[in-house]
Amino acid sequence: MNQIQYEKKPLIEKPPKKKVNILEWLKDNLFSSWINTLFTIGLGILVFFVLKGTLTWVFFSADWSVVSDNFKLLLTGQYPIVELWRVWVCILLVSILLGFSGGIWNGTITHLSIFLTVLFLISGLLPFVSIESRIWNFTGVVLLVAGYYGGKKLPIKKTILLGWFLLFPITIFLLNGFDILTKVGTNLCGGFLLTLLLAIVSIVFSFPIGVLLALGRRSKLPVVKYFCIGYIEFIRGIPLITILFVAQIMLPLFLGQGLEFNNVVRAMIGMTLFNAAYLAENVRGGLQSIPRGQFEASHALGFNSSLMTFFIILPQALRTVIPAMVGQFIAIFKDTSLVTIVGLIDILGMAKTISQNPEYLGKQMELFLFVAAIFFVFCYMLSYSSRRIENSLGVGKR
Amino acid sequence: MLEEFNDSTPLAERENIIECKNLNKWFGDLHVLKNVNLNVKKGEVLVVLGPSGSGKSTFIRTLNALEEIQEGTITVDGTTLSNDTSDIETIRKETGMVFQQFNLFPHMTILKNIMLAPIWVRKWPKDKVEKIALELLERVGIPEQANKYPGQLSGGQQQRVAIARALAMQPKIMLFDEPTSALDPEMIKEVLDVMKELAKTGMTMVVVTHEMNFAREVADRIVLFDFGEIIETGTPSELFDNPQHDRTKLFLSQIL
Ligand SMILES: Nc1ncnc2c1ncn2[C@@H]1O[C@H](COP(=O)(O)OP(=O)(O)OP(=O)(O)O)[C@@H](O)[C@H]1O
Ligand SMILES: [Mg+2]
Repeated sequence: MNQIQYEKKPLIEKPPKKKVNILEWLKDNLFSSWINTLFTIGLGILVFFVLKGTLTWVFFSADWSVVSDNFKLLLTGQYPIVELWRVWVCILLVSILLGFSGGIWNGTITHLSIFLTVLFLISGLLPFVSIESRIWNFTGVVLLVAGYYGGKKLPIKKTILLGWFLLFPITIFLLNGFDILTKVGTNLCGGFLLTLLLAIVSIVFSFPIGVLLALGRRSKLPVVKYFCIGYIEFIRGIPLITILFVAQIMLPLFLGQGLEFNNVVRAMIGMTLFNAAYLAENVRGGLQSIPRGQFEASHALGFNSSLMTFFIILPQALRTVIPAMVGQFIAIFKDTSLVTIVGLIDILGMAKTISQNPEYLGKQMELFLFVAAIFFVFCYMLSYSSRRIENSLGVGKR
Repeated sequence: MLEEFNDSTPLAERENIIECKNLNKWFGDLHVLKNVNLNVKKGEVLVVLGPSGSGKSTFIRTLNALEEIQEGTITVDGTTLSNDTSDIETIRKETGMVFQQFNLFPHMTILKNIMLAPIWVRKWPKDKVEKIALELLERVGIPEQANKYPGQLSGGQQQRVAIARALAMQPKIMLFDEPTSALDPEMIKEVLDVMKELAKTGMTMVVVTHEMNFAREVADRIVLFDFGEIIETGTPSELFDNPQHDRTKLFLSQIL
């Protein structure tokens, strides 16, 4: 008896990997035609000179002492030094949650936690920071890593979700104190801390308001519908600065005595109301993109309008507008710098104040470059994660 | 669960589950339903035929109030349709609908698609619903797809999920609006087979279709629409072998 030998083949064959040779890659991508070659050489020269100039300046000519001397001011403004531990606790809470979430859900959120780890390492290794800061930074790294491995092992998905929900109120409580801890007035928050607070508060609150406005705009009740349309169109017709001024001057008049808000809270309210209108328009775009069949199928199954909106329409609508919404979030983040005009000192305002100090004359460049770098890092992180989320949800691929 | 509909009393003696009296509907100036009178008996399979644009979809969609009517009354399972949303919701719970374009919810897995309505509309406990859903997937022949997303399934599979989703509400009536028209030919049979099985269980079905073999084989009664009117009604053999009306003859000659 003959035995036939079958070759064992894997069930799914991977497509053959193309071996890439550096020279070939260069030829294919940079020098494939004479015009391409021209561009490569021209741009190469340009990049060389720009980089050379910038790097020489950054490493040899610039005097970064203006940043290192004012590091604390730039990041947290007048926040009392003895209470700085509260800011750190908030940051560490975020680290723990991010670490665990990275372990549990993988993907984009893991990238975010790696990103935060790198930030901690960089700021912990800066030559001029205090020993306490180094300790806080490295605790952050430890928590992120421990959280990551914990998240992989422990079944605590629900706890972490709850943690994210509680994070916002806890942060506000810790930063302010509300007289349970020593009260730190919001007017003492400044620098990047203020920038972050303004951005996060207005994102967290304008998102639900924006969704409600967008839904209201499609409502069958004329009162609701026209109120929403009126609000959205009105706000979109006014510059943010005007709204910030109005919030500073008019809010106290409207609210009368009793309810006294300080100017940071007023700015937060102004930004929230402003951004809600823009988010509403984004969400509306998403709502319009839902095919009629989805509504019909939900009706045919007996859903009432609220169930249908919650389970079928909104989830799909929000998914399609993630890129637009994150774009709006980035805009919010950058718009926070407008609050200097109403007398609040965010990171940019702080840089400006410092640059007016005669001691640092002629060192504006260093200051503003540092501010730009911080804005860039955070905005880039936002748009990077939005792109990843978009891909992983398969928006547009359906 | 499947046998409960089977009833040995002959069709003619059973009670009506759907009663339509003098339905009239306009889209703007277009008179799409003209004095439609039609009753459906419990457990009957009614096939609706007619040329394109004759008002078949509009008619079947009035039965679960996806389209409003301007005149006439519709009574489904004892509830008369009115503007009252609670009446509409009562009727929609008891009538499942399957669409030409499937209309599955693309952001949910197959299992979630099927379980959502029974949990939130019927308010049945989750474990009971999950059991029903898995049973139904078994019945329509795709139990292995439970955790995939609609976009990962073929058209025929999606339509079978859509049928399972409608059945999970355990409706008394199933409405089908051209369920196989968007399918590639090789997938039509798998969907029709599921529908034939369903008809055997004694489900009341109203089916708009262009599948003449299905109509001949499965229908208890066929109605023919043209220009928003019912032109002729009869059993499959009456209608196919001995059509009375000229327009019926014309329609059949075009389609067969
Ligand atoms: N929402 C609408 N607004 C205006 N006219 C409509 C609307 N829906 C359908 N119609 C018109 O009403 C008539 C009947 O349409 P219906 O969809 O009921 O036909 P049908 O018999 O289902 O045709 P088909 O076989 O092509 O599906 C058509 O002339 C159509 O153009
Ligand atoms: Mg139709």
